[in-house]
Amino acid sequence: MSSLILRTAARHLLPLLVLYSVFLLVQGHNHPGGGFIGGLIAAAAIGLYALAYDVAEARRILPAAPHYLIAAGLLAAAGSGVWGLMRGKPFLESGWLQTQWPAGVPLELGTPLLFDAGVYLVVIGVAVTILFTLAEED
Amino acid sequence: MPLIVPVLVPFVTAAVSLLAWRRAPVQRLLGAIGAAGLLTSGIVLLVQVRTQGIQTSQIGGWPAPYGITFVADHFSALMVLVTGVIGLSVAVYSLVEIDGPRQSFGYFPLLHIMLTGVTGAFLTGDMFNLYVWFEVMLISSFVLLALGSERPQLEGALKYVTLNLVSSFLFLTAVGILYGEVGTLNMAHAARRIRALGNPDLVAILAMLFFISFGIKAAVFPLFFWLPASYHTPPAAVSAVFAGLLTKVGVYALIRTFTLVFGQLELVHTLVLILAGFTMVTGVLGAIAQDEFRRILSFHIISQIGYMILGLGLYTPLALAGSVFYIVHHIVVKTNLFLIGGIVRGLEGSERLERLGGLYNRKPWLALLFAIPALSLAGLPPLSGFVAKLALVRAGLEVGEYALVGVALGVSLLTLYSMAKIWNAVFWEAPSDTSKAAPGLGGGAQAVLAGPAAMLALLTVCMGLLAGPAFLAAEAAAAELLDPERYIYAVLGDAS
Repeated sequence: MSSLILRTAARHLLPLLVLYSVFLLVQGHNHPGGGFIGGLIAAAAIGLYALAYDVAEARRILPAAPHYLIAAGLLAAAGSGVWGLMRGKPFLESGWLQTQWPAGVPLELGTPLLFDAGVYLVVIGVAVTILFTLAEED
Repeated sequence: MPLIVPVLVPFVTAAVSLLAWRRAPVQRLLGAIGAAGLLTSGIVLLVQVRTQGIQTSQIGGWPAPYGITFVADHFSALMVLVTGVIGLSVAVYSLVEIDGPRQSFGYFPLLHIMLTGVTGAFLTGDMFNLYVWFEVMLISSFVLLALGSERPQLEGALKYVTLNLVSSFLFLTAVGILYGEVGTLNMAHAARRIRALGNPDLVAILAMLFFISFGIKAAVFPLFFWLPASYHTPPAAVSAVFAGLLTKVGVYALIRTFTLVFGQLELVHTLVLILAGFTMVTGVLGAIAQDEFRRILSFHIISQIGYMILGLGLYTPLALAGSVFYIVHHIVVKTNLFLIGGIVRGLEGSERLERLGGLYNRKPWLALLFAIPALSLAGLPPLSGFVAKLALVRAGLEVGEYALVGVALGVSLLTLYSMAKIWNAVFWEAPSDTSKAAPGLGGGAQAVLAGPAAMLALLTVCMGLLAGPAFLAAEAAAAELLDPERYIYAVLGDAS
């Protein structure tokens, strides 16, 4: 499919959608959102791009091949669990780091965010793999 | 050692293997090392359980019954240990048996994801989490079964997938009803509340839903037909790990649910006894009608499942110990036979009995490797199968189930007949059809394939000769299964 309108729109929508997916990922701990839904939106953005251009082009804009995303995501999620183990606590027990933004706004970073980021990457990797495989079938 | 380690090791192995995508040598190395790590963690876990009793761990630090609990009693620890044994044997065997394309499409990561699901199912103490581990295991097994996309493979995979999805659906329904009625998914907590429920009709319905769902996965009569349709189609390494582990996860779930969660239910245990008999007989009769190496073995899995649930039906300490011992013995022996089936196919290029023959003259060591697990499967002393069957038969006689004991003994004879049929056709007689040229296997490849088979054969001999110490662990497992309060107390303490 080659449509100038779709291609232009896809190019401008891609960064917005990816930004929105990261926003959902970050706010997911206390509000609706999280790694799964964020990952799906990011994957949908890449899917849209693949529709507007083609699969090869969509593969090119991915930071890494999909199976590397899956592997990195799985390891990040496992790492967030091992964090608890290393401090003699149960697997997946969360740890929190209290820091501040430059302007003095408090910022809490915790292993649940790492876990969610892992889910985010796995979901992108799996969804994109499925999309690409289906698109390349015919 | 934290309880999560036997789950984490194959999980991390799979993830790191994915990073080494398309670099087959790295994946092969990782596959073997990861499996060795799993075996090590299984040994440590069993030692821990034997010395310190039932181990529990609350994932994420959320206390039971709100969070997910991991529990290892003797039964779980034994199953994890034998998973490690099978994982390592199959990973080494796969180095040669799995072809290049399959390896480059992620065979080793998938194998380890499947092992993650299996150990997770053995260790979890939460009903819904058990469902999740079942799905992890099944989805990776779907892919392993279809990997390679050969025509018979896809046909087998279709039946396998359909039936197992039905089973998962029933399982999920049962979990939903359980949660709706007792408000908890923690097995120990659910066990306490079900005993206090006072609604026998509802408990019976719930029990039947769980029974049918696990029965499909365990290939119990009459829900077994997906198994012989699919197990002979993939490469031998894949069918060996399936034959060893997957149906036994179903049996494990049956035993866990109907000792811990529901306790002894008249309805279920009568049904289990009847079905055990039918499962033993249909499996072995099906095997007699077959004329392909792995098809015969597939039907024997079904027949053996009957023995395993026989112990659950009899519900005495000796019977359950027999069941536990039988499961461990069966996993070792059955995996071994499938591995040998793969070696025969690699050497001769066929699995059809009429095309094979005279291997005894050319490969006497292979004949010996086949004879040990085959005789063990049939239950001849001094091998492990004899100990397992003896325990079940004695337990049956104690309870007075003479008919079932008779069936069990008769099925043993027919198993021996079936094994003798393979022996005659593959090793003894001259081949009746010599039209096909054999592709052959190099000496080095033969050694790598025979290594795991020899290790498993040694294990069945040891389990037979050292039956006393080996049976002690099974008895300890049975004692824990018959006294669910110990498990419940380990998970919940005094809280209700």
